Amino acid sequence: MSEIKNAPTIDGFFDEFGGRFIPETLVPACEELEEAFKESWADVEFRATLDNLLANFAGRPTPITQAKTLSTELGCELILKREDLNHTGSHKINNVLGQALLAVKMGKNRIIAETGAGQHGVATATAAAVFGLECVVYMGEVDMMRQELNVFRMELLGAEVIPVKTGSKTLKDAINEALRDWVTNVKNTHYCLGSVMGPHPYPMMVRELQSIIGKESKIQCQEQFGRLPDIVVACVGGGSNAIGIFSEFLDIPDVELVGVEPAGGASLTKGDPGVLHGSMTQLLQDEWGQVLEAKSISAGLDYPGVGPEHAALAASKRARYVNVTDEEVISAFQLMTQKEGIIPALEPAHGLAYIVKDLEAKNSAFKNKMVLLNLSGRGDKDVDQMMEHLKCLKI
Amino acid sequence: MLKNLEVELKQKCQNGQKLLVPFITGGIQGWEETLQAFEDVGADAVEVGIPFSDAVMDGPIICEANDIALSAGTTPDNIFKKVAELKLKVPVIAMTYYNIAYRRGLANFSADLKTYSFSGGILADMPFEASSNWLEAGRQAEIATILLAAPTASDDRLERIATSSTGFVYAVGLLGVTGEQETLATSATEIAKRLKQVTDTPVLVGVGISTPEQAAKAVEVADGVIVGSVLVKKLLANKSPKKTAKLLAEFKKALN
Repeated sequence: MSEIKNAPTIDGFFDEFGGRFIPETLVPACEELEEAFKESWADVEFRATLDNLLANFAGRPTPITQAKTLSTELGCELILKREDLNHTGSHKINNVLGQALLAVKMGKNRIIAETGAGQHGVATATAAAVFGLECVVYMGEVDMMRQELNVFRMELLGAEVIPVKTGSKTLKDAINEALRDWVTNVKNTHYCLGSVMGPHPYPMMVRELQSIIGKESKIQCQEQFGRLPDIVVACVGGGSNAIGIFSEFLDIPDVELVGVEPAGGASLTKGDPGVLHGSMTQLLQDEWGQVLEAKSISAGLDYPGVGPEHAALAASKRARYVNVTDEEVISAFQLMTQKEGIIPALEPAHGLAYIVKDLEAKNSAFKNKMVLLNLSGRGDKDVDQMMEHLKCLKI
Repeated sequence: MLKNLEVELKQKCQNGQKLLVPFITGGIQGWEETLQAFEDVGADAVEVGIPFSDAVMDGPIICEANDIALSAGTTPDNIFKKVAELKLKVPVIAMTYYNIAYRRGLANFSADLKTYSFSGGILADMPFEASSNWLEAGRQAEIATILLAAPTASDDRLERIATSSTGFVYAVGLLGVTGEQETLATSATEIAKRLKQVTDTPVLVGVGISTPEQAAKAVEVADGVIVGSVLVKKLLANKSPKKTAKLLAEFKKALN
């Protein structure tokens, strides 16, 4: 059996974060999933099936692109890992194909998912179509309005999208509803969680499924530039694209890792330890332990918690976590579009926003460095929202 | 003097009585008077929900009650103080989620429950593996730490849960969250039966008990029932503690 690198403890803890804090009803399902994953991950045949899907369905490997104009203008060597070029438009497909295979293996005929920006929902609906699984996606009512196009895409793919009207009506509440569905339908349903969060084994499993981003990047940087990047940057909501690209560099201390959160959802810099959605993590909460609403222009990062491994990496200082404002993100979104001819999703625009911010500062850490940015998704889904926003600015 | 919850409930069981434990969400209009009214119509203990923003074991009715209570500024401290002032004769049990207790510190939370005259606590999203610190905190504070047992658990797992749970064992009656059900799930009597085989601690079925008939059916095997959503719905709709307690009285009648 192949070893999983940097695996959590047997109880699913990354140092003091992680674990399994869920209603009793769901424990056997998590145990079953853990077993199925560990067995499959060590199984050559399973891996070959997944690799084949990733290559011939999702379109991997995704290239890396030198952002030449931005590099010159900003004063660093900026490389983009092009997860936006995946089928369905983001890194989410990496995770979903693996989980759909596991669902089939476990004999589940129904998958459910939560979605914020809609990318994970679209990816899940896509995998469900491929494998002939019934699919239900929970999405906050506020996010459904922000991401109308993705809602329709999911419906076209045959998924049922259920609006979530509780709490803040965003990602956090969509996860609550998905968990309630899972508690009720656990016998025939697999919960296809979209990020490196939730109860053990999800944070570990989703990381492993996303680690393909880091593996490819590492090889591509070596092949094309003869060296590894100095700094790896990724946006962090739950944190799956970030862990995916960080994971292959964790054991190389010379490579600096920087995670960028939205200022209105900066659980790693403004949160405290707490339990939400199945794991102990850093959490935006009030003095009584009520979870606060995150506020971000990006529906995909609008989350008051964060994957537990990020909380552990922040505590050990192996990775550094920073945040940027919505305004900085909008500027970065336009900058990448105009200078590089790539419309990024608002989520990875957070990464570029921080790179710009750092390079404009006096004591820049990024100056003349080779910076690898995980461009986790494309921005088609955000065009409507940006159009509205930029129209308002002009008036 | 606080009585030991488990001793008190066991005594009633030995006298051939079936136990009735109503639940109400703390912080909604009329909740304190309702607790008193529950005692008056013969509740054997009462459960008070301390609202949490992300209550994943709860269905629409209790979620709505949580939202209302939280919007009104309800805090654990408000609920603690009011419960202490009520000076109920029946045992009071707090039901909430892990983060509410963790935020205060599990030891502090348990000690505060004791101080404010609660007899026990339940954390709805804490599985058995995560319970050791909570069980220890309960032992130190001398409050009952009631664990949930679900229909999905293996026999071995049910036995471990039943052995560790103090006060009573909360048997989750169905696969699902709290809320109204038209019929009693067969899983309700099944889990009660499985638990009764492995423990002397009282076994109470909760989640999915919506009518007096369902309650009567459940106690053919179980030692008692926990009734929540229908009572919360009643209180939210008519704001009347009396009418809500009247509904509970129908359950009482059906049980004995």
